[in-house]
Amino acid sequence: MSRIEAEVGKPQGGFMKWIDDRFPFTSTMEYHVTKYYASKNFNWWFVFGVLAMVVLVIQLVTGIFLTMNYKPAAAEAFASVEYIMRDVEWGWLIRYMHSTGASFFFIVVYLHMFRAMLYGSYKKPRELIWLIGMMIFFVLMAEGFAGYLLPWGQMSYWGAQVIISLFGAIPVVGDALVEIIRGDYSISDITLNRFFALHVIVLPLALIGLIFVHIVALHEVGSSNPDGIEIKKNKGPDGIPLDGVPFHPHHTSKDLVGIIVFLMIFSAVVFFAPDMGGMFLEHANFEPANMTATPEHIAPVWYYTPYYAILRAVPDKLWGFILFAMAVVLPVFLPWLDRCRVRSIRYRGWMYKTALSVFVVTFIMLGWLGLQAATPTYVMLARVFSVLYFAFFLLMPFYTARDKTKPVPDRVVYHD
Amino acid sequence: MIKFKRIASVLALGACFLASQGMAAGGGVHLEKAEIDPDNVSSLQRGARNFMNYCSGCHSAQYVRFNTIGKDLDLSEEQLIDNLMFNAEKTFETIQSAMPAEDAARWYGTAPPDLSLMARAKGTDYVYTFLKGFYVSEDSPTGVNNVALAGTSMPNVLWELQGYQTANFEHHENEDGSVTTSFKGFEQLSAGSMDAEDFDDFVRDTVNFLAYIAEPIRSDRRKLGVWVLMFLIFFFILAAQLKKAIWKDVT
Repeated sequence: MSRIEAEVGKPQGGFMKWIDDRFPFTSTMEYHVTKYYASKNFNWWFVFGVLAMVVLVIQLVTGIFLTMNYKPAAAEAFASVEYIMRDVEWGWLIRYMHSTGASFFFIVVYLHMFRAMLYGSYKKPRELIWLIGMMIFFVLMAEGFAGYLLPWGQMSYWGAQVIISLFGAIPVVGDALVEIIRGDYSISDITLNRFFALHVIVLPLALIGLIFVHIVALHEVGSSNPDGIEIKKNKGPDGIPLDGVPFHPHHTSKDLVGIIVFLMIFSAVVFFAPDMGGMFLEHANFEPANMTATPEHIAPVWYYTPYYAILRAVPDKLWGFILFAMAVVLPVFLPWLDRCRVRSIRYRGWMYKTALSVFVVTFIMLGWLGLQAATPTYVMLARVFSVLYFAFFLLMPFYTARDKTKPVPDRVVYHD
Repeated sequence: MIKFKRIASVLALGACFLASQGMAAGGGVHLEKAEIDPDNVSSLQRGARNFMNYCSGCHSAQYVRFNTIGKDLDLSEEQLIDNLMFNAEKTFETIQSAMPAEDAARWYGTAPPDLSLMARAKGTDYVYTFLKGFYVSEDSPTGVNNVALAGTSMPNVLWELQGYQTANFEHHENEDGSVTTSFKGFEQLSAGSMDAEDFDDFVRDTVNFLAYIAEPIRSDRRKLGVWVLMFLIFFFILAAQLKKAIWKDVT
């Protein structure tokens, strides 16, 4: 090759330049991955975001293969699930991954949200990330609910019956609303068909769109950290935050370790306890839906039970529905309910620490109570914990404003 | 404080799992432990024989194919045809009941349920207690009632093996006037062709087979699971080394 050919004949920059002239590939990769700097002192609480992405991918991929064999019709749905479990090659694995994935989605998302409460990740300037996150949570709840009807077992049917009829408590429009949701006078083939459409098209599309926006908003302001300080305030001469390391390869290599640990726990359930003693796959759901036989004990799947316990704790149907809806929606307002200037639990006072600890116990107890039969003792307990649940949010402006905080360091600190 | 949060989150998961205990269907009676051994192939083979001889006359197992049973229970095609397939031609067929569902519903008041998933829906202990729980009752059109499912329309198809028994109940009047009835054990009326121990084994084998057909893939998934976890442990070691290498300069 002559010197002149090397200088003139070949296009300069090669393939990537050709792409970058037409699509912002390299700059996007740098902005979001290789030159996105996040705090170097992340602890394992910060792994749940990426784990949620992993579960999302598991759900999308297994979901696609399930739709290839599932039949969304009242007469065929239950049998088609058994066909997947017994006759489709690897169908059992695909289905167990999907059903286990549903529960793990909520485990991971609950812990992801709790991380935000530990380290004040929802505080200014990250309020919008939190709001979008809450919308993701609502869509996820709807997605799980629609998906649970599809196997068309007894609990699919009666669980949906109980939850949909809740909307009937709304004055004036309630009954019409229930009919619109069901598309029929009872839960039927028509309901199953539209829930299938919601589960495989509408809600996943919304979910993916919201997650995209969630991450774009996050990368605009930057990730929080266990000290709740802004790493962008301390930049080196090269303009790189002194406490930051690039997302790739540093955080990706660390996340990979977390992902593998997650996959170990996930696989342990999929291969050794796919029904998790009736928690992930309820026993009654191995009987086909029967509109003439009500199961003796109807309980939603575990991830809805904290809210279900609040619903049952209220004697009045309409107020039960209102408090149920409020319990789900209240966390939306956290960025404004929390008046404390300090973000991280490391430097906050005893009041918030106590409140958050009580809240954790409350949430777990409500979840447990929602699984039990509604005996008078349990309903009474559920009332006590419902009050504590609402108190955590509604009293927050008072105790967070009064709380004594510790001085916050300028640079990130390592613990352990 | 952070440590405490970690413990709290672990407890959160633990509570979820604990709460799952005791949720299987059970009625009021104390369930007897079935103590089945899913890895015992000869027990499963005997269970298959029992099922086809005593259950499949009235009950279907419509999701279960004979060739799946053959593959999992080490039975050849000939053995399947000679011993298990009374009303099926080809081994890929599923287990259908000999009795038309419509007639069955008319004769018994309710059609006998499909048994493909019964052990998973009700639990093996329940099925074991149910099959052993028939007792003589003059009020019932079948002549028997059941301690696990009162008022069942199923007759005691195992009476020849088990013999007849009566059940003793204790009635206790509560302070509010309501009556609590508790089961106080069986009393043998007439001997069957099996002694009590052999009959327990007979029922245990049958329940073992019912548990198998409820999830034929069970033993395969457990075997595969061991390999998957071993791979993940290996992968974890590599990933941990990679992370260490990439982070070595970070202070």
